[in-house]
Amino acid sequence: MNNYAKQRTLLIIFISVALIYVSRLFYIQIVDTSYVFYAQNNVLQEQTIYPARGLIYDRNGELLVYNDAIYDLSVIPEQIKNLDTLSFCKVLNIDKVEFINTWARLKRQKGYSPWKPIVFQRQITIPTYAAFQEKLFDFQGFFVEVRTDRKYKHNNAAHVMGYIGEVTDRDIEKSNGYYRMGDFIGISGVERTYEKELGGIKGTRYVLVDSKNRTQGRYKNGEFDTAAIAGKNINLSIDQNLQALGEALLMNKTGSVVAIEPKTGEVLALISSPTYDPNLLVGRERGNKYMELLKDPAKPLFDRPISAPYPPGSIFKVIMSLMGQQEQVLNQNTTYGCHRGYLFVGCHAHNSPLALRGAIAVSCNAYFCQVYRSLINNPKYKYVEDAYNEFYKHAYSFGMGHALGIDLFGEGPGVLKKAAYFDKLYGRHHWQALTTISMGIGQGELGITPLQMANATAAVANRGYYMTPHIVKRINNHANPNPEYNTKHWTTIDTSYFPIVIEGMQDVIEHGTAYIAKIPGIEICGKTGTAQNPHGKDHSIFFAFAPKNNPKIAIAVVIENSGFGATWAAPIASLMMEQYLTGKHDTRKALLERMLKGNLNHRNDSTTTKTQ
Amino acid sequence: MTAQQPKPSRIDWITLLLYYIFVIGGLLCIYASVYKETNPNIWDGSMNYGKQLVWIGISSFIGLMILLVDEKFFYAFAYPIYGITILLLILVLVAGTTVKGSSSWIELGGFRIQPAEFAKFGTALALARFLCGYNVNFEKDRKIQLLSAGIIILPMLIILLQNETGSTLVFTSFILVLFREGLPGWILFVGFMLAILAVMALLMPPLYIIIGLAVLAVIFLLLVRRTTQLIWLTLGVVILSGAMVSSIDYVFENVMQAHQRTRINVLLGKEVDIKGAGYNVQQSKIAIGSGGVWGKGFLQGTQNKFRFVPEQSTDFIFCTIGEEYGFAGSLVFIILYMILLYRLLMMAERQRQKFNRIYGYSVVCILFFHFVINVGMTLGLMPVIGIPLPFISYGGSALLSFTVLLFIFIRLDANRVNELRGAYD
Repeated sequence: MNNYAKQRTLLIIFISVALIYVSRLFYIQIVDTSYVFYAQNNVLQEQTIYPARGLIYDRNGELLVYNDAIYDLSVIPEQIKNLDTLSFCKVLNIDKVEFINTWARLKRQKGYSPWKPIVFQRQITIPTYAAFQEKLFDFQGFFVEVRTDRKYKHNNAAHVMGYIGEVTDRDIEKSNGYYRMGDFIGISGVERTYEKELGGIKGTRYVLVDSKNRTQGRYKNGEFDTAAIAGKNINLSIDQNLQALGEALLMNKTGSVVAIEPKTGEVLALISSPTYDPNLLVGRERGNKYMELLKDPAKPLFDRPISAPYPPGSIFKVIMSLMGQQEQVLNQNTTYGCHRGYLFVGCHAHNSPLALRGAIAVSCNAYFCQVYRSLINNPKYKYVEDAYNEFYKHAYSFGMGHALGIDLFGEGPGVLKKAAYFDKLYGRHHWQALTTISMGIGQGELGITPLQMANATAAVANRGYYMTPHIVKRINNHANPNPEYNTKHWTTIDTSYFPIVIEGMQDVIEHGTAYIAKIPGIEICGKTGTAQNPHGKDHSIFFAFAPKNNPKIAIAVVIENSGFGATWAAPIASLMMEQYLTGKHDTRKALLERMLKGNLNHRNDSTTTKTQ
Repeated sequence: MTAQQPKPSRIDWITLLLYYIFVIGGLLCIYASVYKETNPNIWDGSMNYGKQLVWIGISSFIGLMILLVDEKFFYAFAYPIYGITILLLILVLVAGTTVKGSSSWIELGGFRIQPAEFAKFGTALALARFLCGYNVNFEKDRKIQLLSAGIIILPMLIILLQNETGSTLVFTSFILVLFREGLPGWILFVGFMLAILAVMALLMPPLYIIIGLAVLAVIFLLLVRRTTQLIWLTLGVVILSGAMVSSIDYVFENVMQAHQRTRINVLLGKEVDIKGAGYNVQQSKIAIGSGGVWGKGFLQGTQNKFRFVPEQSTDFIFCTIGEEYGFAGSLVFIILYMILLYRLLMMAERQRQKFNRIYGYSVVCILFFHFVINVGMTLGLMPVIGIPLPFISYGGSALLSFTVLLFIFIRLDANRVNELRGAYD
């Protein structure tokens, strides 16, 4: 190839490219007119389609939470043209200062861009929406987005449901840009734990808008649109009737109720009192109402049943009985005398001496101090630490001293000390059973959340294992897929040691301390607790399961600073078990009345001095 | 001979005129693309057009300086200039600023410069200097060929490390220069076939292509007179092509970054990505397509006002031409650009000195490559590779480097008459 030909070759390449480009230009500028159409409808608006958040039902399919439409006024700042600020403010019912402040605030927001839509005013009222829609022509750049907020059909289970609120900067960052300023996200309760399931996936719609801010139709027939995927519906394991009854019974009392189905670990009721109406934390006033609740001295936002540790008191004797047998320091015939107490631990009047079953029935303090002593001073172990560690291990296996892993945010671990704690307090090997004797009757260095109490009852009801308590039974009509909720957690106690203890627990109801909780025709096994505490009057505690064979419900009730376990906790538990097992709770009208009307809150202020 | 000042008559005024048509036209397009009714002042130094005006001034001044420099300077300093640009490129890797994902910028007292732009004329000078020696025979000498390739590939590698795919690809335009200097035509042809194979490899599974090639090979062998040598050769071609197709598939899936994959997939129509690359191209096509025959007129473009075309003042500047001046305006632009390329090609061919010729061809090929990719991208014919449209796009480094690139050649060309006269002296 000579040089002339080479130059020619290059020239031919240049000209061919030029010709290809010119013909392409000819095609898209002259032949194909669709581009003119798109350009005339010259604004391509990207609209977000918010998915409907998943609905929440109770275990029987009763609707608890649904969605309600709200209207947000959004704006693309760059598209604002000749805005009549005065009439704009008038429609929105704001003044000039607020208008200017809002702008300043929006511009400070992270990720602000004049070409991106941002929410100018949230949740405008329907009349404002209507007025605005009429004048949309005057307010170029503004448009209304429809979103959904939550509505609660019942006023119950506020802590379980939790609430949704606007995303924070951190949420936006963590989501890799999925969440946009002003989006809703679950902040507590099931709304938070199951955000992924309930939230669904946002969709996008591309709409052509003409220069007068009127929607002209969909861009390319929606070819580029992505549909929103609705959130999944969830069935809680909560029984709405049981929950409602429990909340009514705890009205004007401070405390918790946790009811669990022992076989599955499904939480049937989770009550924290005082509570609040979940419908308060919805809509425009969410922020203000939240602050009010936060400032309330009764702490209605505090989720007691899963986070508050209480001294278990006498209900711990059930666990003691099992540990003693497992460690071979106790059998059903072991008898101890009671002389109205054991050293400095007092006891009440009852027959003496008693064997294990009787000791549980009358809740003899002396008996269980003896059991604790023989456990900790067990000659089988060389050092007290080793013996205590066995105690720790057994208690731990019942779910104490650690968070159980319920699918709610904010679960507490309770209090269960390791031997090292006492070593530090008293010196290595320098302590023994008597040093910590009060733990034998569920006082001292022990703190158990109501959830852990109910879980321990469930473990007794199951004769040796528990299922991790959880609150979501089904997601989109499929069983909760978390494998943890299908695993049996075996305690360190042999199954053969349970029957005698359960007999004792039945005696508690039949002719023991909780006779008041007896329901004719149902075999209930339970144990009362009256827990001393530094905050005032004893906590009234009761845990139970029923029926004795094939248990359907395990329940723990704590009523703070209200006296004996049998006074408040046992009757409330009894009424709730009756409701769950028979569907009725009004067979004992007088008891029901007394419990519903009981107002303990006024007594909380006076700290009654404690006597034995 | 003493230092020669070019007489004004020897400067190629046509090229200079075209240069200013493009630069001024470009400024108007930049103004139109970022124009806002609220701020129509073209002298505003905070806006792109104001800055570009400053850069035009700087470029003109430097261009003038280049015209005043002794033409031997570029020959003598070709290697040092190349060396400096390479050093700058390495410096960017160490102390660069990252802008939009590519770490190819250096901050210099408030100004950002992009050394990759300057590496273009650095490489052109070095290549011209290397190949112009009397005892250099590019056509025959394998060592010379390899060294030439090395001069071109070295800056490419460094720029690739800066994540600047676009600027890297620009250096492939030197293959046309090498073609003029004796690179056999069949390499160009094979390169073209390989490009087609590569596109096919991205479009369909490698296995199908290999089967197709095998079928073609069998048909080919049935039709021609078969010699053992030819059979082996055909077999070799099929195997090598198969290997290439498979490795391209592998590189595409495993080595390339997600955004690069998306861009290519969008171009090939395999993927619709309305928010990313596909959106850009779609909006760019709407802007150009809506221009019609005569365009909407200066400042009347609607697509740019709402910022639907991204990067409109830089990579997508052609949209403004298409939208505001229509098919007629675009045609005029392409014709003018072709006249410039043709003019430069003529100028390169009329050089007596090999150095000048090779440098001239480099200028032509670089300008051509930018045109192909940039305009092709806005028309949806090329992948979205961010390289500027010479003289038109907003960007100081780009304008300055194209000016230097062009003016060095104008300066070299202005001396040709002296050479002639020198021969008779």
